[in-house]
Amino acid sequence: MDDNHIVEIRDLVKNYPVGGGHFTALRDVTTDLVVGEFTGLVGPSGSGKTTLLNIIGGLDAPTEGSVTVLDMPLGGKNHKELAHLRREGIGFIFQTFNLLPVYTVFENVEFPLLLIGMAADERKELVDQALEWVGLTDKVKSRPAQLSGGECQRVAIARAIVKKPKLIIADEPTANLDAKNSHNIMQILVHLNQELSTSFIFATHDEKVMGYLTRIIHLIDGRIDEDEHISEPEYRKGK
Amino acid sequence: MILFKLALRNLVGAGTRTWLNVTVTSITFVLIIFMSGLYQGMFESNKRLMIETEIGGGTYWHPAYDPKDPFTLEDSHGVLPTEIAEQVIAGTGMPVLITQGSIYPEGRLRPVLIKGIPPEQQVVTLPTGILSTYAGEAIPVLIGAGMAKTTKLRVGDTFTARWRDARGTYDADEAEVVSIMNVENFQVDQGQIWVPLERLQRMLEMPDEATYVVVSRETSLLANPGGWNTMSVDALTEDFRRIMLTGQASMSIMYLIFLALAAMGIFNSQVLSIFRRRKEIGTLMALGMHRGRVIGLFTTEGGLHSLLALILAALYGGPFLLWTATRGIPLPIDYAEIGMLLDQRMVSVYPAGLFVGTTLLVTFIVTIVSYLPARKIAKMKPTEAISGRTN
Repeated sequence: MDDNHIVEIRDLVKNYPVGGGHFTALRDVTTDLVVGEFTGLVGPSGSGKTTLLNIIGGLDAPTEGSVTVLDMPLGGKNHKELAHLRREGIGFIFQTFNLLPVYTVFENVEFPLLLIGMAADERKELVDQALEWVGLTDKVKSRPAQLSGGECQRVAIARAIVKKPKLIIADEPTANLDAKNSHNIMQILVHLNQELSTSFIFATHDEKVMGYLTRIIHLIDGRIDEDEHISEPEYRKGK
Repeated sequence: MILFKLALRNLVGAGTRTWLNVTVTSITFVLIIFMSGLYQGMFESNKRLMIETEIGGGTYWHPAYDPKDPFTLEDSHGVLPTEIAEQVIAGTGMPVLITQGSIYPEGRLRPVLIKGIPPEQQVVTLPTGILSTYAGEAIPVLIGAGMAKTTKLRVGDTFTARWRDARGTYDADEAEVVSIMNVENFQVDQGQIWVPLERLQRMLEMPDEATYVVVSRETSLLANPGGWNTMSVDALTEDFRRIMLTGQASMSIMYLIFLALAAMGIFNSQVLSIFRRRKEIGTLMALGMHRGRVIGLFTTEGGLHSLLALILAALYGGPFLLWTATRGIPLPIDYAEIGMLLDQRMVSVYPAGLFVGTTLLVTFIVTIVSYLPARKIAKMKPTEAISGRTN
């Protein structure tokens, strides 16, 4: 695997059994993601965006082909090894935030650090830092039910970024947010991408998100239709 | 440790649901210990009552004597063997002579056992000394409160007593109640009258004879001296122990019902959790928790129910159990009067094994019912769990 590559996908096919036959969600997908890229998987519903994200995140297995993430070939890996990869190297941001409802903001952000067995004082330092990045230092003791949608997504971002992973996978992170919150979230993510050199890969069909991307992979019916590299994203032009 | 912390956070965060389960489990825990302790207390109390008032440190029975067969009474009397007689002379043995007879309080016939006992005896706690203070001509009689109630006899009342002597000849005389004793042991109360041993020996023409001998608690029992049967305390309380065991077996069905109620509550709560918390489970997996750890988390959550239940049980159950073990529960009626061997206060006894055993049992069952639904998680696909989809 190239040192600069964070994800390598070769001839990826994903079938789902449907009735007696199967439905092909991804076919012959071959691509690489590079360190520090701000990539979007774009396409209509059913085009395979979330399936591809799930496979990159080790949450689903390919039917054919090979996927290597952070130097780990995912083929043949068991649940423990895949969980270890996610725990150590990948952060997730979900469309519906997926915060743990009984935990406070601090505890939600702290959770990934608990899983990697970090000491309490170190955890506190990193959680405080992550909450500062997303501007939620005044909400540490709140529970998700007490927060707005935008605030919940900022907590989810803090949770994804707190362990400073090499790769963050974000599935429609702005789909449940209004325009103002969407821009706010994207600006935070761009900032973190630049500051931490973390690679981001989004699934989205939100025009607002596309304006921030440095690379857009267009998926149609499970195939890569177009792979577009953008030297100057829209948001920079607007500055 | 992490699982423990997370499980505790989840339980505390779940609020009312957790406390309902914990409360039901703690009630089960306290009830099982209380009921077992009550049974154990009943056995210990009854054994003590029997030792104090009836069997002392054990007895020697005449070879023909069988208290369960009244037909043996006619032949079950004899002169004491030397070894037993020595214990009687030393004051550590108390001979009792028994015969069947009839009494006629207010002219009504009542069959009774007439028991002769040395008034000066110190082996059992029956207040027999009063028999030696009687100066009248009639036969002085000591009866229990239960007997007094059923025969309507009071101190100073006289009645006719009839019996058969050693030659089978019927004889009768006037008897007078000199004292009524309050004794919780119905086996020395109902259907019997106590008279001075020497007087009964004269009445029956059986000098120096006895049916059985009770030895004091401090005295070692001899092995079948002179052919008389040695009956240890254990042997004499064996029937009662078996009755208690039978009762405990029935009670264990109650325990199982209590446990099943608590276990079902936790099982339901865990099953509900898995369906309601699918998204959370998927998120845990996405954040890097593998399936085994998720199962561990849910099982620990369930197991913690039992730990919290034990703490809660200790908080309110501890003082309650302590009260029942020290003060005892007062009984509303005198059970001796209705032929039950019960103390007037039911004092529970809680051996350490009861606490350890019940704790292990409750924890084991609660953990198992938490593990079973948690195991289902292992079959859930993370992608479906994250989206909260049910299949």
